Amino acid sequence: MDADQLLTALAASIIAVPSLLVATLTVLTLCNRTPGERTTGRLCLFANLIGLAASLAMLLVMLAVDSRHVSLNIGNLVVIPHYHFSLKLLFDRLSMPFVILTFLLCGTIAAFSSRYLHREHGYNRFFVLFALFLLGMILAAASGTIETLFAGWELVGLSSALLVAFFQYRPAPPRNGFRVWVVYRISDAALLLAAVVMHHMTGEGDFDHLLGHGPWPDGEASASTLQALVVGVLLVLAAAGKSALVPFSGWLPRAMEGPTPSSAVFYGSLSVHLGAFLLLRVDAILQSSIWLAGLVVVLGLTTSIYAYLVGSVQTDIKSALSFASLAQVGLIVAEIGLGFRYLPLVHLLGHACLRTLQFLRAPTLLQDYHTLENAIGKRLPDAGGPLDRWAGGRLRVWAYRLALERGYLDVMLCRFVVDPFIAVFRMFDRLERRWLAFLAGGDQRPPSGDRSS
Amino acid sequence: MMSLWEIRWLEVAVAFPLVGAILSAFMRDSRRAFPFSITCTALAFTGCLIAWAGVYAVPAPSAPLGLLPSGMTKWHLTLDRFNGPIAVTTSLMYFLIVLVTARTKMQRFSFTWTLLAEAIQLAVFGATEPWVLIGLLTAGTIPPFVTLIRRNESTRAYCLHMGMFITLMISGWSLVEADATLTSAAAVLLFGAVLVRCGTFPVHSWVVDWCERASMGNALLFLVPLNGVYFAVRLVLPIAPDWVLSGIGIASLITALYSAAMSTIQREARRLFAYLFLSHASLVLVGLELHTTIALTGALSMWFSVTLALGGLGLTLRALEARFGRLHLHRYLGLYEQCPALAICFLILGLAVVGFPGTLGFVAGELLVDGAVGSNLAVGVVVVLAGALNGIAVVRAWFLIFTGTRHESSIGMNTTPRERVAAVVLMFLVVGGGLFPQPGIVSRYESARKILHERAQRLAVPEEDETAEQGEILE
Repeated sequence: MDADQLLTALAASIIAVPSLLVATLTVLTLCNRTPGERTTGRLCLFANLIGLAASLAMLLVMLAVDSRHVSLNIGNLVVIPHYHFSLKLLFDRLSMPFVILTFLLCGTIAAFSSRYLHREHGYNRFFVLFALFLLGMILAAASGTIETLFAGWELVGLSSALLVAFFQYRPAPPRNGFRVWVVYRISDAALLLAAVVMHHMTGEGDFDHLLGHGPWPDGEASASTLQALVVGVLLVLAAAGKSALVPFSGWLPRAMEGPTPSSAVFYGSLSVHLGAFLLLRVDAILQSSIWLAGLVVVLGLTTSIYAYLVGSVQTDIKSALSFASLAQVGLIVAEIGLGFRYLPLVHLLGHACLRTLQFLRAPTLLQDYHTLENAIGKRLPDAGGPLDRWAGGRLRVWAYRLALERGYLDVMLCRFVVDPFIAVFRMFDRLERRWLAFLAGGDQRPPSGDRSS
Repeated sequence: MMSLWEIRWLEVAVAFPLVGAILSAFMRDSRRAFPFSITCTALAFTGCLIAWAGVYAVPAPSAPLGLLPSGMTKWHLTLDRFNGPIAVTTSLMYFLIVLVTARTKMQRFSFTWTLLAEAIQLAVFGATEPWVLIGLLTAGTIPPFVTLIRRNESTRAYCLHMGMFITLMISGWSLVEADATLTSAAAVLLFGAVLVRCGTFPVHSWVVDWCERASMGNALLFLVPLNGVYFAVRLVLPIAPDWVLSGIGIASLITALYSAAMSTIQREARRLFAYLFLSHASLVLVGLELHTTIALTGALSMWFSVTLALGGLGLTLRALEARFGRLHLHRYLGLYEQCPALAICFLILGLAVVGFPGTLGFVAGELLVDGAVGSNLAVGVVVVLAGALNGIAVVRAWFLIFTGTRHESSIGMNTTPRERVAAVVLMFLVVGGGLFPQPGIVSRYESARKILHERAQRLAVPEEDETAEQGEILE
């Protein structure tokens, strides 16, 4: 077996392992043959271990043969004249660390969750969605075409939204899960629109065609400045939705309604970085337009400042951690906009690992505090928030209000986007009902309920 | 020795429900009519399957044996590669809908009219002669009318729109027959007929009305085969000048986006289903308007996907309604615990409707967008936006129906074995078709080429040059 064959086999196994995990858990669930807790937990753990081993082996082979950019066509889903849909994977200096990180953190979370969720109602549901998330992350990380990226992107979105609504018997989780889904759909639409415009420009959806030839991070965009600006803005919008950048930051604390393991792996470490990963992937196009790069820097810094401010007034640990996470994501995005390549990548990897640890320790925070206080023999000092130290008078009151209301971002989105949309189409709905009543000679079916949902 | 392929199997398939309808009319007890109807629809499905297999087994069929006399050549019903899978899928939907009819609903669900509707519907797909097709499409509007009468519901909106459809269709085709080249007047009339039957904005309200007034099973069976699109492909597309197709395309784009937006704010599951149907039927029409091979392949693939996925979603709603009555979407109903299998089924089929990755609709949507982008960027943008809104609507409905404070009931509400069979079959087709789409897409591609070839010949316009690349198709 030569190096190419070995790389192909390893790449195939990296995709096959999470796919098999999803297939196994889904089919067993659908057939009403839900495996026991121990079996489910072990299946997930072993799948992650095998995936991690395959990705590490792939990295070693790539280093051994001095290959920085391995593009593998796993197969064609559809081939007809003038059209093909290929499952193409790309393993380079960007995707390999992300794939390894995904398997590493998902494996850790799988081991943690099998104990944390012991005898929890919905244990199996959690792991089915978790497997779906893993598959989505791997597909998105190793995607070689924008269609493959979109497939992974969608799987991550669906599993995230359903896991936010995991405790579905309370009203808040489903409501928040739906909000997350709406933002993700906007993000998905922006990504697909970028693909549509890209197809229109280049005739292909491969990243290679968009970024020009050359391994990451040396690729150069073949698009003109204007084309890069149009596609780039859509990609930034997609990344903003996925990574909860301003103005979409409102969904991140809402996502904390889900169980702690899913919060840790989704919003602390992996999926919240997916937007930044996308921007890193298309960095060549970002740098081909100074306006676009500037937009990314401003967006990143705004998000970072916003998250720092809002995070400093949070009173529960998961919300505080989510905003702390967002502040770092904002910095990573700003670094990407400034033209750095390896700095944001290393920042991303380090931050993901640290944040996972913090989220997993969050349920035992009080115990940790007691241990610390017992160790030092007194209460932990209260340093006060940044607003106490840096602001005074009316500015402090204003800043507190802004932080407590989370920058009014959700309110603004609701008031200026969602409410007008609903009002306009409810009006159309009423008009249609009247029209139908007129056609039916007054025999109108009464509208159901008068409360909005 | 007589070969299997010497029989016109589609006529046999039509005969089963037709005879079944006549016999079941004499059965007063619905519990007797139920197994009888299942048998008839199963036989019709088998007949369609054999007829479809015959299309591939015998390249140039010359089946002399059928139920209609050999002298009535114009009336013979045959399948080709285009309508074969559509007829099979439609007969499967009839079978599954009859199969999962709940016992509590058997008294109200008319097996006789359903079987008659199936016979007409399958004959529509097999008809080759335009006037026969027009006659059958006209006859196909009668069973739904009777359904509304039986339910004591207003028929005015339905009659008004179907009357318009029939009038426009007949008058339009009469003008075409009178003059071989399509005159502007005839084009406008046929254009109008397509818009009305497909429920295109602004003549779409009858679809919503029909979904609210008919039983869910009947509503599904009348809408899901997309007869309006079939009429457009068979009679309008081959002869319509570009401006007619552009008109259909613009109206369809508006409808796709408008209906998708409307589906996100609905407070009743029936209306949500109606708007989802309108949006997707319009997306199929958009593909026809572009009349490029890739876009048409995408449209035909989406048709297949919509029939299965939207039909499956409708079946799931029907099963839920049989347990809990009409579903209102203004509060969280909390039904997950009562029927988890239906929750999974709803989610998978709902996502399949909007073309979620790994389902049949995903590649169809990609093809449609890909075919559209080259010629018209706006079409690609609208298709994407409509897909996003439909996705929001489906998941919103899922959250509202299945999450929330647990619904308590004293009796078991989970799926019956018959429902489980239907769900597994549909999910297998939708997901299997999404993971291995090549055979289905190639079949749709060949049909698209044939349709465009006929159009090019008839209108004497140049065809897309694809002969050099025929070898690329992976069988």
